Amino acid sequence: MQEGLLEKITEDLSDDDLGLLLLIRHFERKLLDLFGQGLVQGTTHTCLGQEYVPVALAPLLGERDFVFSNHRGHGHYLARFRDPYGLLAEILGREGAVCGGVGGSQHILSGRYLSTGIQGESLPVAAGVALHLRDAEPGALALAYVGDGTWGQGAVYEALNMAALWRLPLVVVTENNGIAQTTPTSAQMAGTIGDRARAFGCRFLHVGSRDIGEIRDGLRPLFERTREGAGPLVVEFATHRLGPHSKGDDTRTAEEIRRARDHDWYPREGATVSPRFARMDAEARAFVEVVAGEVLGRPLSAREG
Amino acid sequence: MRVAESLNRALHEVLADDSSVRVLGEDLLDPYGGAFKITKGLSSRFPGQVLATPISENGIVGVAGGLALAGGKAIVEIMFSDFVTLAFDQIVNFASKSVSMYGRPLRLPLIVRCPSGGGRGYGPTHSQSLQKHFIGVPGLAVYEVSPFDDHRELFGEMLARGEPCLLFEDKILYTRQIFEDGIADDLFRYDVLPQAGQVTRVYLEDPEQADCVIIAPGGMAHRALAAMRTLLLEREITCLLLVPRRLYPFDVAPLSPLLERTGAVAVAEESTAGGTWGAEVAQQVHSRLWGRLRRPVSLVHSAASVIPAAAHLERDVLVQDTAIVRAVQELLP
Ligand SMILES: Cc1ncc(C[n+]2csc(CCOP(=O)(O)OP(=O)(O)O)c2C)c(N)n1
Repeated sequence: MQEGLLEKITEDLSDDDLGLLLLIRHFERKLLDLFGQGLVQGTTHTCLGQEYVPVALAPLLGERDFVFSNHRGHGHYLARFRDPYGLLAEILGREGAVCGGVGGSQHILSGRYLSTGIQGESLPVAAGVALHLRDAEPGALALAYVGDGTWGQGAVYEALNMAALWRLPLVVVTENNGIAQTTPTSAQMAGTIGDRARAFGCRFLHVGSRDIGEIRDGLRPLFERTREGAGPLVVEFATHRLGPHSKGDDTRTAEEIRRARDHDWYPREGATVSPRFARMDAEARAFVEVVAGEVLGRPLSAREG
Repeated sequence: MRVAESLNRALHEVLADDSSVRVLGEDLLDPYGGAFKITKGLSSRFPGQVLATPISENGIVGVAGGLALAGGKAIVEIMFSDFVTLAFDQIVNFASKSVSMYGRPLRLPLIVRCPSGGGRGYGPTHSQSLQKHFIGVPGLAVYEVSPFDDHRELFGEMLARGEPCLLFEDKILYTRQIFEDGIADDLFRYDVLPQAGQVTRVYLEDPEQADCVIIAPGGMAHRALAAMRTLLLEREITCLLLVPRRLYPFDVAPLSPLLERTGAVAVAEESTAGGTWGAEVAQQVHSRLWGRLRRPVSLVHSAASVIPAAAHLERDVLVQDTAIVRAVQELLP
């Protein structure tokens, strides 16, 4: 199965999807590298290993849809805007920063994309936006990303209850990477996300696949039904976080990290797998170097208003 | 007209004037019309704009924030202001931060209405005045309903601010008559100082002639008036009462000439002792007028206590007009 996945990724993916996956991968790696050099302030949570989730979802979302992201949002942002310059400038506090450097890694607003750093807080807000969309712009939806750990928050349930009651066009995407900061899901969640979603009458889909085409085909009709008024949809991706929680705080054993790596879509020896992969991988890596060099050379950002 | 009716009318007008405004809260559908009937009639007349919600204070304020974010306007009713603590995250970490944390101003027209205060024997979890917990939050404005105000104008001002506003509504005030035509009662007159942010000025004959200034939010107005009457009739002390429409942000500068003239200032509020709004006002007065004050600004507030249910015990804890009388007498020995 793993080999099959690898084949698919290297053979069937469009250049566009593969390019985006690799952009996110190299962006995140570069960030950890910049951190190591002391060039990034505060904290930053990379989505290494989870890149395929927003890449798979990207074409399912339209311009009028709202996306709510969380602390681990770089991939969500890049998949929506393909704007590594603005994002890196935001994280580094340089000119051209999407939010003037005020928000940093976790607090970004751009058009109909918003991220914030309080777990669970975005769900009621996304429900409110979905309520507005339901009445003012039928056919549009609000999508909110949360981690498995965030299912500990009461706000999640208040929002699901209202969203289901009012049949809101809300999609809650859970990236279940099996761990919340240092706490394994098994130590913080009773029961399952599916049972919880179903308890509110929400439609639920568990996604074990990392095959982008398969994920899209599975989700497209469910998204459509949400747009048409079928009420909220909860999607749970079984995924893996390759990197540390934020910059260097990995408490997992070597064995656990190895297991996460075994699930990586990015072949460690990727360069040798196919000529196309090798070429695009090198291109993405080089592009991110250019982005980083250019952004680091910019003056410090200024705050508007 | 009673204050409750005036607020209800104002909400009717707000919804009629602007179809992008939504009102959300628990139990506010007709025939009930909200625990204090402030939202009565709204759901029948504007069914699409009024939404009854589950008991989910944090969730409701979040939903309201989302509506405002997406281009609507939202007014939330918290059944008893005590429960606004459950929405603290959405108010402090989402709504008020969002107007500035994305590096550029973002409009978020959102009002959270909070029926507050004691005096009805509702006990410790249904009688608090939590204003002080929301003072000093960047991007959050705190208002208090006053019987001197035009409430339609008040809602208009808050929505036009484009940032989240908390509106505290003293429950005792609901049953009181609103003041009209510049007449507070047989003794006192009032007018409004627009240049000071719509601060109401209540005075005996001549606003320039007073021995002492009392600054108090709308919910204290009647107690302050009662104290002023006692002070006048029993001690021949004349007070000027200033009732700010907005408690935070609050700028004492435009009031300085009035305060300076007497050099004696008391701030009265119903919040319990410690970290109060009054302390914030006093700090501003001290740093502007130190040396021209006869004594430090006097703070009048409820005792540092939970608010008991039994009427006699509750009375001991909450600010009464007698406490204001005492404070003014201490200022003018
Ligand atoms: C309300 C709140 N509590 C705690 C935190 C600190 N925190 C940031 S990320 C995180 C773990 C989140 O886990 P999960 O939801 O599983 O997402 P993941 O990090 O695995 O993507 C925690 C505890 C926070 N940001 N917000």
